This record gives sequence, structure tokens and C-alpha cells, in this order.
Amino acid sequence: MSALLDVSGLTVEFATRRGIVKAVRQVDITVAKGETLGIVGESGSGKSVTSYAVMRILDRAGRIAEGAISFSGLELQDAPESQMVDLRGREMSMIFQNPRAALNPIRRVGEQIEDVLRQHAQAGSADAREKAIDALRQVRISRPEERYRAYPFELSGGMCQRVVIALALACRPKLLIADEPTTGLDVTTQKAVMDLIVELTRERGMSTILITHDLGLAATYCDRVVVMEKGEVVESAPAAEIFSAPKHPYTRKLVRATPRPGIALRDLLPDDRPAPPPQSAPVADAGAPLLTVSGLVKEYPRENGNIISRLLRPAQAQEAPFRAVDGISFEVRRGESVGLVGESGCGKSTTSMMLMRLLDPTEGMITFDGENIGAIPAKEFARNPMRSRIQMVFQDPTDSLNPRYTAARAIADPLLRFANHGLNLRSRVEELAQLVGLPLELLDRFPHQLSGGQKARVGIARAMALEPDLVVLDEPTAALDVSVQAVVLNLLADLKAKLGMSYLFVSHDLHVVRLVCDRVIVMRGGRIVEQGSAEQVLEAPKADYTRELIAAAPHPPVQGG
Amino acid sequence: MLKVLFGRILTTIPALIGVVVVSFLLTRVLPGDTAAYFAGPAATPQAIEEVKKKLGLDRPLPEQFRRYVVDLSHGDLGQSLTTGQPVVADLKARLPASAELTLFGLILSLLIAVPLGILAAVKQGSFIDHACRAIATAGVSLPVFFTGLLLVYLFYFIWQISPAPLGRLDVFASAPPTVTGFYLIDSLLARDWEAFRSSLAQLALPGITLAIFSLAPIARITRASMLAVLSMDFVRTARASGLPARKVVMTYAFRNAMLPVITTLGMVFSFLLGANVLVEKVFAWPGVGSYAVEALIASDFAPVQGFVLAMAILYIALNLMIDLSYRLIDPRLESTT
Amino acid sequence: MSAAQEGAVVRAPSRLSGLLATLGHARYVIGGNPVTGFAFILLGILVICAIFGPWIAPFDPLASDTMAKLQPPTWRHWFGTDALGRDIFSRVIVAARLDLTIAVTSVALVFAFGGLAGIAAGFFGGWTDRIVGRIADTIMAFPLFVLAMGIVAALGNTVTNIVIATAIINFPLYARIARSEASVRREAGYVMAARLSGNSEWRIALTTIMPNILPIMMVQMSLTMGYAILNAAGLSFIGLGVRPPTPEWGIMVAEGAGSIISGEWWIALFPGLALMLAVFCFNLIGDGLRDIVDPQRRT
Repeated sequence: MSALLDVSGLTVEFATRRGIVKAVRQVDITVAKGETLGIVGESGSGKSVTSYAVMRILDRAGRIAEGAISFSGLELQDAPESQMVDLRGREMSMIFQNPRAALNPIRRVGEQIEDVLRQHAQAGSADAREKAIDALRQVRISRPEERYRAYPFELSGGMCQRVVIALALACRPKLLIADEPTTGLDVTTQKAVMDLIVELTRERGMSTILITHDLGLAATYCDRVVVMEKGEVVESAPAAEIFSAPKHPYTRKLVRATPRPGIALRDLLPDDRPAPPPQSAPVADAGAPLLTVSGLVKEYPRENGNIISRLLRPAQAQEAPFRAVDGISFEVRRGESVGLVGESGCGKSTTSMMLMRLLDPTEGMITFDGENIGAIPAKEFARNPMRSRIQMVFQDPTDSLNPRYTAARAIADPLLRFANHGLNLRSRVEELAQLVGLPLELLDRFPHQLSGGQKARVGIARAMALEPDLVVLDEPTAALDVSVQAVVLNLLADLKAKLGMSYLFVSHDLHVVRLVCDRVIVMRGGRIVEQGSAEQVLEAPKADYTRELIAAAPHPPVQGG
Repeated sequence: MLKVLFGRILTTIPALIGVVVVSFLLTRVLPGDTAAYFAGPAATPQAIEEVKKKLGLDRPLPEQFRRYVVDLSHGDLGQSLTTGQPVVADLKARLPASAELTLFGLILSLLIAVPLGILAAVKQGSFIDHACRAIATAGVSLPVFFTGLLLVYLFYFIWQISPAPLGRLDVFASAPPTVTGFYLIDSLLARDWEAFRSSLAQLALPGITLAIFSLAPIARITRASMLAVLSMDFVRTARASGLPARKVVMTYAFRNAMLPVITTLGMVFSFLLGANVLVEKVFAWPGVGSYAVEALIASDFAPVQGFVLAMAILYIALNLMIDLSYRLIDPRLESTT
Repeated sequence: MSAAQEGAVVRAPSRLSGLLATLGHARYVIGGNPVTGFAFILLGILVICAIFGPWIAPFDPLASDTMAKLQPPTWRHWFGTDALGRDIFSRVIVAARLDLTIAVTSVALVFAFGGLAGIAAGFFGGWTDRIVGRIADTIMAFPLFVLAMGIVAALGNTVTNIVIATAIINFPLYARIARSEASVRREAGYVMAARLSGNSEWRIALTTIMPNILPIMMVQMSLTMGYAILNAAGLSFIGLGVRPPTPEWGIMVAEGAGSIISGEWWIALFPGLALMLAVFCFNLIGDGLRDIVDPQRRT
């Protein structure tokens, strides 16, 4: 196989307010004809910048400082823009994260494909429409003639990504660069999109670069994987070897931190930091029900336009309200950790908001320690003593910290409302910081002066401050890099063992749920599809949907831990 | 589309009700002796009593409001003491002059500001970008009546290339036969080149004054929204699929960037209709603004009220048009009425 | 909870270092943008004129001198004299107080009422939101300057009423900004976290939402200050509010308007320039403050 793309010694600089920053340093990458290459790295590793440099679409602050980019014999690093315009879309094309934003919101998707076809003289005005519809058909869009006339806002996220793929492949390029193509999509959609990309590119003998933060995804779909850290390539190896025999310490850390079947929570941590498995403190009446949910329903009225259009519409046309949560029942026992799993829109977040008493249910009971807290309006619950016993860790650690509070003030907030007056606040806050492993000197910093992992620790310390009985963890690691996720998950497990509370762990990631939870509840369309012990649900699922979910999660070629 | 149009017209009803209520409040309820206002400064106590009876001010408020609305629906805004004419007739006669001036200024400023904003955004950091930012900041700081006077001094007094700032036509030209009420258009229709030249010469300075005034907000928002759109993901997609810079800027970025600009036009109209009053005073322009100012000075209250109400209704209509044209560009709003 | 207890959590050095960081950033922005520095100097001059104007002015701004009427600028009368022989330089300086007072009072009024109404509307939603929204919409249905004319004409021709009218026409702007900022934050993670900590809704609105919105509102204040000055000057230009012979920039331009055609440019020019510089200064400061508060929204 000969190289289609050969990048050597690539250095990319950005002019910023703090001077010149080298985002990518001396990177060498080759892609053979027909090969699928994965570029893996955490945020800020320079993986996307590298691909933008290849396409020469760096924004105006960035420039290629050094190095050569050779693409089927052409030197791209200083090719004239007119030549690049010709190559882009015809010889090399790109698909992006967040497909809905990647399409022009006010132009029909068919016209957007036509624009590209016409630009590269692949179609004239006579057959452009036909060819655009054909491009849509190729990416398995049903009723392509109808979709041709659709605007992006009328299509689902997965469907938009198919359109973006159709756009990228319309002119049959030789190289496709996919930049986090499935981030933000549900796991079943992710599988469908990835399968489609692999199938179409293999069929046409194309080369593909898959840029992702997910080592598991890269190892599943790629021939070879390049690992980047802080702007440099640290390792390049065949996909089969990267999990079994990672060479570079950073790769080893990444591999270990990637949740996958057949390992324990402790295996996520780097091997140079051995930790004893969490020692479970005996929980008083462990196994007794703490929270019982029965027949819980949340309805939202459908948006029916303004008053006037509502008045004009006949009464029977008023649609039935939308049921975000449709009659679910389950329980969480003392000292137990329960996973609530499902794809976006399944009602898991609405459920957790109701349990947290931030949202009032339409019907049903929420019984906490014998009292129906569902009957207390959310507005009044803030003053209820029960408030201190149910706490929450939020999805986005940045968004959940008041930018005007220091870490110490944030952690102290619940104490200021609920703790008795004699308490020495500062020493209690320091105690909590030590508990979650937050260095004390960081306590007087503001959120923007802390890293993602540190902010996550502040959020956890705040949730633990009142020693609650139940903590709802709402995708607590979804916004974190995988190595930070490993540490945070272990911290949460340790805290639970030490303090003996119950967790309700809301997540879309089955691998993570398997590591953390005793029992699992699978939701879809506002209903519970299946519930049972983690082992039983994940190893021997009963419902088809659970099986589909498990099959859709990437299965990297693993060899244990 | 007809249904959308109908639906949009219905949504202006709350605004219209609000406007009528506020103008009723301004007329009748606020402190100060309304009857004395309406009777004029030279009125005798008997005359005031008479006016009070005539206006129904001795009746309870709801009854007064009912009569106010009934009068309005007959197009009755009262009599002007200064001209002796019904206010509605006065406004109708003077409105074309104001409309011609405002539209001329707006079109002039759109023609300059929109391309300027686009160029500034596309060539960010260049000379033209700095020029655009300077104009945007300096332009909003200029008091419109001051700009007008400055232009008069330069073009009329110093360089003498402009006619005296008195009205829509110079004294020797006669008005073209009325078709639209816009002298520029009417004189073209009548092929009266002398009247066209004269009215254009008279319109130029006040028009430029208004254009300078509205240039700044339009250029500023065009530049800002263009910059925002250019950094969006779909522009990157368009570039990555090899569309040339012209196509990316005009078809992809510009149409999207126009949406905030159109929204801002509502605000610009609000400013323009206000600035119009000042410019008409400076240039002795026989429009509704100078009519209201003259009435104010003579403490003639009915024309002022009529003017405020008429401007508000006009402004609501303009906003309705802006809203509809927004919907023509943005398909996302089509599904919602 | 007591303030002392809260103070015990937040160590003094953190407050100080936070302040220092903000000041450092401010210095960085001003250093990078000398125009903002210039604007602050201009503001200083304006404030000095407003406070000490009557003592700085070389002549009595009201004293007419028929011997010296309509004089172009000279060493004795820097800005010349008007039709009554009054010294324009003195009048321009003394007028600063009135113009700034009108602007500051009206902006302060609308900041308090509009800001609070907007926060309540955005944070509590429901009928609060509907009422505030309806009031704002009704005001916005008028061309703003025209509405101000109507209000002053109806309430009576006084300076106080100019202040009230200017505040009323700015109400929708403040209410809307505060509303949208508050409603964005209503579902923010840290607001939910504050609820979990047992804070009541009112406490969250006042201690969590308000401090986070304040910087954005301050920028708005600076930007509308210029607009308030222009608005007041425009009203007095058409004979509303301030009455002659009180020195005020708008009315001084109006007094000079007639003489422009006969070539006496100085009567209108200098008060006009003063007006322009004052507005310019507030706009520049507003832009500069926006860069400090919100670097992303630079334009």
C-alpha cells in the first residue's frame, strides 16, 4: 500500500492574546490508500487542528509554521488557495461534530449537496437534483426525494449526520476526515453512523481519518491508531495492539482509563497508583428501601403557538399532553447504587429532577424514608428538612458552580442553610475538601481558575457536605476527559463506601454503569424497559432494547485489564 | 402564506390596544387640566368649560374611553387650533413628505452600511474594518440635529452647492401632480425633470443627515452578525467541501447574517421616526414631525396626541412588515404561526 | 446564617486577589485599548465640569453683554458669544451639570426598576413575566423619541418630566436584558445547586442571579447614558423640558440653529461638540467595559 496522505514535521501556530501558541508540534502521520486511521487524544491534544491543517481550513489566527503535507503527490502546505478550493470536497472532505450545526440552517439540504456537486463539475443544472437525491439514497436516507426539500431543523441529529456524510461523499473523494462524527449522538445512532461510514468508505476504497477522544471507538473501527498528547504524537500502532500492548506511558494511562467489559473500577486508574479496593463500611439496615417511586408521571402541555392560533383551532384538535415520564415504579435501597440508563429523550433526566424535588410530578408517589415527598411542592421543598438528605452531582462541573463563589464558598453553601450555628464552617469545608482530594490551597480560587477535574471535586464536596442519604449523580463524568473520569468514578465509589449512602447514577454509558452500579434500570420513551441486578441486565438482558443498547456500545479488541 | 399573514396581523392586536390605551392615558388621565390644554393658552374659563363638555371630560373614565375609541374608529383625532383643520387631514397631507424623507435616508444608509459591515467582517482587522468600527462608534454619538446643522453650514453657507434648507422644493419649482405623494417619484411619472432635480436637491441634505444617523447601528450589527456567522460550523462545512469564498460569504454566510440585521431594522425605524422630528425642524421640512413641533410650541395639544398615535400605528405596521420579511428568509419560523 | 459566618468561609485574601485580578484585567484591556483610557480621561473632565462648572467658567453664563454680541471666538471669548452677548464657553461648561444630572438620574431610575422587573420576570416566569413583558411591549410599540415627546407634553414641560420620560423609554431595554440573562440562568447548574442547598427562590434571585447579571447591566448603563443625553438634548432642541435662558447643550444648539445660515457657526458648534464628546465618551466606556466583562462578545 502506498501513502495517500503523508504529513511530516507539521507544526501549527496560533496567534493569541498571550502570544504565539504551538497547538501542534512536529507531527508525522501517514495514511495509506484504503486505510482507516484513528487519531485519538483528549481535549487540547491538537488532533482536530492537525486535520484542519491538512484541509487548510485553520481559522485566521492559525498558520502552518513548519512541515510538509503531501496528498497524492501534491504539496499542500503552500498550495495556492484556488487549488485547495478545487481539492476540498472533491478529493478530500470532512465531516464534523454536531451535525445539525454543520449544515446551513436556512437552505434545503438537497440544495446544499447540489452546491458541492456543481462546484466540482460533478453535475450540471439538469441532473444536479437527481444526483443530490442519489447521494441521499446512498447514505440510506429513506424517502430521499422528500428529504431533499427538508431543512436541517426538520431532521433528527442522526439524520443530519447522514446528510453531512452524503455532502462529504457526493463527489467521491479519496480521503474522508471525520472529526468526532458521533460525539453527542446516542449510542445506537453512533453505531449506525459509524457502520455507515466504514461501509461506504470500504466499498469505495477510500482512506479515512477518524478523530475521536474515545480510544474504544477508534480501536473498534480503525486499522491503525495514532495517539496524540499536548500537540505531539506519542504512539502509533495497529488497532489490535494498542489495547493489548500500549507502549507509551500516556497510551497506557488512556487504555487503562477507558471503561470496557471485563474490568473492575480500580483497573481504570494508572498502574503506578495502586489503591486498595474500597472498603465497605457496614450500612445500618442495608437493603431496606430508602426511596420508593410508584406510578410516577410527568406531562408537558404541547406547544400550541400563541393564544390566537389556539383560539382559532377547533377544540378536538388540541393534542394530548406529552408524557416525558410515563408511569414508572422502582426503588433504591439503603447503601445501594442504582444505574438509570437510556438514550436522550428517554425521561431519565426528568425523573432525576423529580426525585430531587426540583420539578413537580403530574402523578405518582415519591416515598423517601417513609414520607411521600412527591406531595411537597418543589418551591417549598427548599425549606424542608428532607432537603438536606437528598443531594445531587451535576453533569457539567463548570455550569454547576456559581462563577462568583470561591470553591470554599460553594462547598459551604448547603452548610450555611442547614448546619447548626455552632459549626466551624472553615474547618468543615477543609475536611470536605480533604475527603474529595481537593488540595486546600485551591479552596480560595474561583471556578475559572480550576481544572475540570478540580471543579468536579468541588461539586462532589458540596453534594456530600450535609451527609445526605441519597445522591443523584446526573452523568457526573460526561463532560470530563476519560483519564479524569477514571479518577472521579473511583472517588465516588470510595465516598460511597466510606459514608454509606445510596447513589442513583444517571448515565447513557453502559460501560460506566457496569463499573459503578449494583442494579440497573433501563428506560426508553418515558417507561422502564428492564430492571435487575447489573450483572443480569448487562450480561443476560431480557428486553430487545437492552440488547440493542449493549450491542451498540463500541467493543474494542480488549484483553482484560 | 395567507394564513401566516392573517395570523401575524392578529398578533399586532395587543400592541394596538396597548397603544390606544397609553395614548388615552396621556390625553385624559394624567395630571394637568386637559381641557385647558385642548382649549389653548388664550382660552377663557368659559371656553375651557365648553371644551370640557365637548370632550366629555365631565363623564366617568370608562365612558370617556368608550367615546375616545369610537372617535378614533371614525378617524377623529380632534381639531388643530393652529391650522383650524381636523388633525387627521393635516397628518394625511403631511405624511408623504415625512415618509419620503425617512425612506430616502434609510435606503441610502442601507446601501452604504450593509456592504461596509460585510467587508469589515470578511477582512477582519484590515483598514476597512477599523473604519467601520470608527464609524459605528462615532455615528451613534452624533446628535442628529447637530449633524444636520453642520451639513447646512458646510454645503449651503461655505460651499454653496446646496439650496436653502427650507422645504421640499425651491421657491421657483412647482409640485408635480400628486400620485404617490413622493415628489421624487411623482416628478418622474410626470417627466418633470426640473421638479425632480429641485426635490432631489432639497432632499439630499436631510436625507444624508438621517442616513449618517442610521448608518452606525446598521453597519455595527451587520459586521457583528457576519462575524458570528462566519465562525459557525456550517460555514466551516461549506469551506471544507470546496465552495469558493464568494459563494461561502454571499450564499451561506450573508443570508444567515441578514436575519439579525432585519430584526435590528425595527429598532432603527424607531430611532429614525424620532430623528425625523428633529431633522424636519432643522430643514423646515413640511412633514408630520415639524407639524407636531409647531403644535407643541403653540401648546396645541390635539395634533401632538394625534401625531404620537399615528407614529405608533405606523411603527407597528413597519414591524409587521419586518416580521413578515424575516419569515420569508428563515424557514424555521414557517411552521409556527 | 450570619454574615460573619459567611465571612468565615471566604478568606479575605481571596476577595482581595479577586479584586486584584479584575483590576489587572481592566488594566490589560485599557492598556491594549488606549481609546478606553482616553474615554476615562474625557469622563474625568466632564465630571469636573459638572461639579465645579460655575467656578471654572470665566463669565456668568446668564449675563448678557449687548456690546459683545455675536462675536466669533477670540482670546477673551474662546467659543465666541451668542446673540445676547453671553459667553458660550462659560455656558457650555456650566451646562455639563444639567445634562449629566438628567442622564444619570434617568439611567439610575431605569436601572433600578427595569433591572429588578426583568430579573423577576426572567427568574419567576409566569404572570410576572407576562405583565413585565406586556408593559415593555407596549412601550416598544411606540417610536421611543416620539413617545418621550408625548409623555413630556402630557405630564408638563419640566426637567423632572424629561428624566421620567427618558427612564420610561429605556425601560424595555433594561427589562429585556435582565430578563433574558435571568432566564438563561434560571436552569443553570449552579442555580439548581443553590436550590439543593436549601436557598429560597427570593434568596437565589437576589444573591445568586443578581450579582451574576450586574456586570452586563453596568455595561448597558454606560451605553444608555449616551442615549439618555442625546434624548434629553433632542427634547430640549424642540422646546421641551429645559427653558431658556438656562444653559443646556441641546437648547444652545437650537438657539444657534438660526444663525448657521448666516454664517455664525460658533453658537451651535461648540455646544454641539460638547454634546457629541459626552455621548462619545460614554459609548467608548461602554464598549471598553464590555470587553472587560465579556471578552467573547467583542465586536
